[in-house]
Amino acid sequence: MDKSAQVATARSAPPDTTRPDGLPGSPERGTPRRALRRTRRDLSVRLGLMALPVAFFGLFFGYPVATIVGRGLREDGRWQLARAAEVVTSPDTVQVLWFTLWQAAASTALTLAIALPGAYVFARFDFPGKRLLRAVVTVPFVLPTVVVGSAFLGLLGRGGLLDDHFGVRLDTGVWAILLAHVFFNYAVVVRTVGGLWGQLDPRQEEAARVLGASRFAAWRRVTLPALAPAVAAGALMVFLFTFTSFGVIQILGGARYATLEVEIYRQTAQLLDLPTAAVLSLLQFAAVGGLLAVHAWTVRRREGALRLVDERHAARRPSGAGQWALLASQLVVIAVLLVGPLLVLVERSLAAPGGYGLDFYRALNAPVDAASTFVVPPLAAVGNSLSYAAVATLIAVTVGTLAAAALTHRAGPLVRGFDALLMLPLGVSAVTVGFGFLITLDEPPLDLRASWILVPLAQALVGVPFVVRTMLPVLRAVDDRLREAAAVLGASPLRAWREVDFPLVRRAMLVAAGFAFAVSLGEFGATVFIARADEPTLPVAVERLLGRAGELNYGQAMALSTILMLVCAVTLLALERVRTNRSGEF
Amino acid sequence: MKRRTNAVALVTALGVVGLTACGSGGGESDAEKKDVTLVTHQSFEVSRDVLKEFERESGYRVKVLRAGDAGAAVNQAVLSKGRPQGDVFFGVDNAMLSKALDEGVFAPHKTKGLHKVPDELRLDAGQNRVTPIDTGDVCVNFDRSYFRDKDIEPPSTLDDLVKPEYKDLLVVQNAATSSPGLSFLLATVGKYGEDGWQSYWKKLRSNGVAMVDGWEQAYNDRFTGSASGREKGDRPLVVSYASSPPAEVHYSEGKAPKEGPTGVAEGTCFRQIEFAGLLEGAGNTEGGKALLDFLLTEEFQEDLPLNMFVRPVHEDAELPEVFTRYGVEIDEPHNVAPERIAENRDRWVKQWTSLLK
Repeated sequence: MDKSAQVATARSAPPDTTRPDGLPGSPERGTPRRALRRTRRDLSVRLGLMALPVAFFGLFFGYPVATIVGRGLREDGRWQLARAAEVVTSPDTVQVLWFTLWQAAASTALTLAIALPGAYVFARFDFPGKRLLRAVVTVPFVLPTVVVGSAFLGLLGRGGLLDDHFGVRLDTGVWAILLAHVFFNYAVVVRTVGGLWGQLDPRQEEAARVLGASRFAAWRRVTLPALAPAVAAGALMVFLFTFTSFGVIQILGGARYATLEVEIYRQTAQLLDLPTAAVLSLLQFAAVGGLLAVHAWTVRRREGALRLVDERHAARRPSGAGQWALLASQLVVIAVLLVGPLLVLVERSLAAPGGYGLDFYRALNAPVDAASTFVVPPLAAVGNSLSYAAVATLIAVTVGTLAAAALTHRAGPLVRGFDALLMLPLGVSAVTVGFGFLITLDEPPLDLRASWILVPLAQALVGVPFVVRTMLPVLRAVDDRLREAAAVLGASPLRAWREVDFPLVRRAMLVAAGFAFAVSLGEFGATVFIARADEPTLPVAVERLLGRAGELNYGQAMALSTILMLVCAVTLLALERVRTNRSGEF
Repeated sequence: MKRRTNAVALVTALGVVGLTACGSGGGESDAEKKDVTLVTHQSFEVSRDVLKEFERESGYRVKVLRAGDAGAAVNQAVLSKGRPQGDVFFGVDNAMLSKALDEGVFAPHKTKGLHKVPDELRLDAGQNRVTPIDTGDVCVNFDRSYFRDKDIEPPSTLDDLVKPEYKDLLVVQNAATSSPGLSFLLATVGKYGEDGWQSYWKKLRSNGVAMVDGWEQAYNDRFTGSASGREKGDRPLVVSYASSPPAEVHYSEGKAPKEGPTGVAEGTCFRQIEFAGLLEGAGNTEGGKALLDFLLTEEFQEDLPLNMFVRPVHEDAELPEVFTRYGVEIDEPHNVAPERIAENRDRWVKQWTSLLK
């Protein structure tokens, strides 16, 4: 039994724990003077916690992005406002903006519809192979799109497996884009929503049922309000990812469809039309900022302290035909939509010229006659990827945890602004950040342009929002009176955090670390724009192989992708194990 | 207690992996050797022993920085002009050349061995700010077995591609994002001129041309002539390179066939010329000049084909057998002057995109 969780529920268990806007134990309680003193101390602690994240984002995000956008908007020392207005009102821009918005909304709705039952299944049911499956469904999310896009078409596209056997096929087009977005983002919902759902005390819903509520009413009035912040967080992330979708749109949309992100990439990297790129970036900024504001507003209204329990006590074997059917249907969805394309990848890596075999894997290791600098031993590429991802995770978890700790109390516009700021990297194109690095980090002591650290830094920018988003709902669900009790008993803020918050959020922290790690592992956008000496990561090596004609290159690319997939799966699986072992010790 | 040990172990493990990463990047052990840095794109490759030989002879140590595709790499060089990332840039092609020169990215250097390069490739002969290094022709490739089985003659010119017997057979790339896609568009502009290329593409569209985003999707997924597309592909004609047939043979297992599985439609080509130049404001100008000279040596030029599947510009450089046996030499590619490309590219691509929507 998780002792700390037990303590948490035993000591708190207020009657209003699940009221939608219930916020037991706000800092204002107690006598005014004491409260004031404590508020001041809280404020200084919070500012201290924010120092590192603010410096990190200021230096490696705000400064480069502002510089490159500024360079686009100013020419010869004057603001080019007429030019900007021209871009905003051009029919091309309006069309791109409209497509970006509606496909993101549709993708998010579809992903929630398909993945929420999945989140329930993973949170509440116990079945063999659950951990493995949870790791597997996350793999698409972290693989480079150029690889998975091709595998996805191999299953669902023209001449794909489903076309051959059942006549089901999706040519490139809107439906292919939407389904691919589900494929990529399924894990986001399962992990953000499922992570919290699994820790909600099922006895509360049961109590409501005993008191006469129907199953639906109990779910709607007890579970849903508690779950809402996590659903909102998950939906927000999916919306952000699909709003800024790049690879999927390029591969499946061709020239017919373009998102803002694709257009920004084209204007920056291909045409170097910085004014247009700057305006489009600002549009994307505004859209993402608006979205984050709405999100912050709804979350503030919904969050409350929750009873958190060990997931293993909440999950049980399915019982009854209904539950088995639900489990079975989710397994089918996962098999077809998520595992299928991955298996296509494995199949192709094994389809050697003379029948199935490990030829391509052997070719990866064989010395090549030309002894080219390009041919990185795959083990070295795996090593590069793991090292970069480890450093990126370390940065992301450090920065993200500090930020989440600072944001636990929701008071103040400062905090809200900071909260939104942390999410912005997800709404900014990798090419903007990469090109921004190029023109800002070019002077000593910060001439980092050729340094290896740029790669994990850029990866960490994308990882931090995950860490914050995953930890924040859980941190905020910790009953504040526990912290107050610790403070009253003489614990310093650090000690109180360590003894109260940390044990309760450890699991969320590991999930966050896992996500940050996996995202870094497959990260391709920023990695490809940052010039490095000969240290290609796995995705970069795969891309290089795919870019050349010849069976061996293609086969080796598939073999390397399979290795990347396995590394990701093993990493995620290991984190699943760590997670359970540790909560099982108490 | 145990939980803390676990946390410590995890953090330590991450840290150790992290430090290993640092170790590989920051080594500055033999300081007596001076670095010379080559900035280039993702596809740059050179044989290790050829590069080692240059380092041994010149006394410089070569660092290679690769960033993005050719377009992105050139634009990065433009953005960081005056404070470049390295000493030499390799990989600006004729579609991007004008912009790079106008922006003043390169400093002049008359590379040794330039007299061995044909005049028509020396597009900056007056000032020598850039040196031609290699050429690659973007052409329509065809799947031999498809046309043999159907008993149709494969197409050889742009005019052929709009004929009814080739309906629904061709796949091209997005000219907005793909380098061969843009080159093929330029081939049609070169052939039919400002007034005619759009009506040609209308005919191509009525003839069922398919368009995908990048070379990878076109060649690996749709083209029936590639090993991976043999079963799942549906298009026996694809925009690729004149060097793709030799690559297709080179990277297949087994004995050398009599004839490669794919061929080239020789009247559909656009020539990409890749240039290198000394970066303005380079930290190591002398080293940069030595490196540029090295790029035109026969050793490097003969090393090019099998690494990047391009043709050397040096007239004495010999081609490997796989090129002479399975490749073709394109005598008269379609042509558009770099200044015209720089001026009109964006407009052409926009018009092209709306034609194909």
